Amino acid sequence: MIALIRGTGHRVNNGLQRLGFAARFFVMILIYSGQSFRRIHLTIREIYFAGFQSLLIILVSGLFIGMVLGMQGYETLQRYGSSEALGVLVALSLTRELGPVVAALLFASRAGSSITAEIGLMKATEQLTAMDMMAVNPIARVVAPRFWGGVISMPLLAALFSAIGVFGGYLVGVVLIGVDEGAFWSQMQGSVDFRFDIWNGVVKSFVFGVAVSLIAVFEGYDAVPTAEGVSSSIKRTVVYSALAILALDFVLTSFMFRGL
Amino acid sequence: MSRKLLDLWVGFFVLLGFAALLFLALRVGNLSSANFAETYQLTAKFDNIGGLKVRGPVKSAGVVVGRVTEIRFSPETYEAVTTLTIDGRYHFPKDTFASILTAGLLGEQYIGLDAGGEEKMLKDGDVVAKTQSAVVLEKLISQFMFNKASDTPDKQ
Amino acid sequence: MPAESLVNITDINFAYDDRAILKGITMAIPRGELIAIMGNSGCGKTTLLRLIGGQLKPTSGKLLVDGQSVPDMDHSELYAMRRRMGMLFQFGALFTDISVFDNVAYLMREHTDLPEEMIRDMVMMKLNAVGLRGAHDLMPSELSGGMARRVALARAIALDPMLIMYDEPFAGLDPISMGVIGQLIRKLNDALGATTLLVTHDVQEAMQIVDYVYFVSDGQIVAQGTPDEIRASSDPFVHQFVFGEADGPVHFHYPALPFDQELMREGASG
Repeated sequence: MIALIRGTGHRVNNGLQRLGFAARFFVMILIYSGQSFRRIHLTIREIYFAGFQSLLIILVSGLFIGMVLGMQGYETLQRYGSSEALGVLVALSLTRELGPVVAALLFASRAGSSITAEIGLMKATEQLTAMDMMAVNPIARVVAPRFWGGVISMPLLAALFSAIGVFGGYLVGVVLIGVDEGAFWSQMQGSVDFRFDIWNGVVKSFVFGVAVSLIAVFEGYDAVPTAEGVSSSIKRTVVYSALAILALDFVLTSFMFRGL
Repeated sequence: MSRKLLDLWVGFFVLLGFAALLFLALRVGNLSSANFAETYQLTAKFDNIGGLKVRGPVKSAGVVVGRVTEIRFSPETYEAVTTLTIDGRYHFPKDTFASILTAGLLGEQYIGLDAGGEEKMLKDGDVVAKTQSAVVLEKLISQFMFNKASDTPDKQ
Repeated sequence: MPAESLVNITDINFAYDDRAILKGITMAIPRGELIAIMGNSGCGKTTLLRLIGGQLKPTSGKLLVDGQSVPDMDHSELYAMRRRMGMLFQFGALFTDISVFDNVAYLMREHTDLPEEMIRDMVMMKLNAVGLRGAHDLMPSELSGGMARRVALARAIALDPMLIMYDEPFAGLDPISMGVIGQLIRKLNDALGATTLLVTHDVQEAMQIVDYVYFVSDGQIVAQGTPDEIRASSDPFVHQFVFGEADGPVHFHYPALPFDQELMREGASG
């Protein structure tokens, strides 16, 4: 019993300590960001790796999720004779929730894990120490560009995910099933508000981008510099990112859509 | 990979992302139709607003002309006070009639404006005087039952 | 202590938490000389290099590089000092995502505003010095261990440092590569007029090239002298180390119970 309490206490302690490290690390990234923005091509390179290379998985997944939404939504709505509301259903699900959340989950496992792996391996092979000894700040040179690359890529990926998802819903609903095209778009436009639905989705995906990128660079930088250490850091990046995304989604949703 | 090619792909990616945002804003959302450049505000009081919600549409002759931007309860008159934001292109006479209507049998509720015949137009901050509350289904049913009940003895 | 020493270390102590790594080390590294610090694995040699580079702060003691106290430097002073230092890491620590050329050019691009043609000439000069001019467009993953070490060496001397530090430059190399690296270390030190600090446990290779040797064991300096003095030393530790004997002052066995007692205990518990 005592051991259980002590074990719990130990874990809570450890967790808080790591959270503290992560917070300090975040501040360090912000401090050295100015230095790394002076070499903007470093960040552009990371947008390429984090954003452009995630395009395929984001677009394909978004298309399929939109198509499934179209199919399932039609099945349900048609029972109540309101299948014209299909566009509303697809668009609201995607812009408010699925777009930001699913895109962030995919981003965490595609780009976040590879950022962690890259930084972790650089640490394991002493490249980060070497950089520091050569008077090149590894946070400014390696960490900050990857962080910002992720933060910039994430909202764009989420928007692409939602957009192609709506298109997928359109394909299934209008082209395949035959819901009236005019009603599909006009009901959608009538119910989806730019400020409340779309912009809030963008804000969400930005927050997710910060969270996932921070977790990814922190886990890489904090990795135990061995092969097992790096692999368990990658695992932690994916798990913590997923938890952070879902928890933050709940918090943000309850703030954003409370008044409705 | 050369830096030029990298820049090209990243530029492509960023533009694609912004295009998606634009698509969401204009085609999926209502930025094109509902974000009126110039608007003015009207107030309308109702005994009962039913299921009307903030951001609900304000329609006239079936065309969306504005949005409900605020719903308050007035403790003095025990009425619901709604603020309507109307597209600056549309003007309505002083004796315009505002009623709460339902789209379809169970659809969302909105405010319908029926223009009157007066010369003077409503200005920013004015109150729409003539209103009709929402039709509440339960009241309708009980009214119907009551009429039925009072009808029956006469016939005998 | 001679005034012209580049690095002056006085009574340095260092501990991780409460585990003492270095206990009262005092040494001086004169300008232009090639000094080796030798000792068995885990005796704190690498820690000493980190202290000189300012990546770690000593628990107590004085550490001067070029007359300035390293532990008292702030971040920018530290970085200014490190620009005049070159360091070769245990396994090279080349940047694996860029080519050999870019690895060597890295510091020139980071720290100077030299035009690209001049950087190209300088990189080729450095690569030529280590005999790898022809390998400039290979990636680090395509190099053998010895070649990677030479590239790392070229990178360490990219900005003509005043102090070059080598952390186990011979580790994991075949005898030929070892000889090549050893000769390079000596030649580069003399050609650049730099001061070199060599941390290694490879006695035979190091003894051929260095000017002076410190032996470190268990965080303390146990012997020092020129290579000839060391070879003639009668100190049992030095003798064991230089001739690679299995048992001596450094015991073969990790501290344990006497063997017969251990067997008895095993039997009792089983």
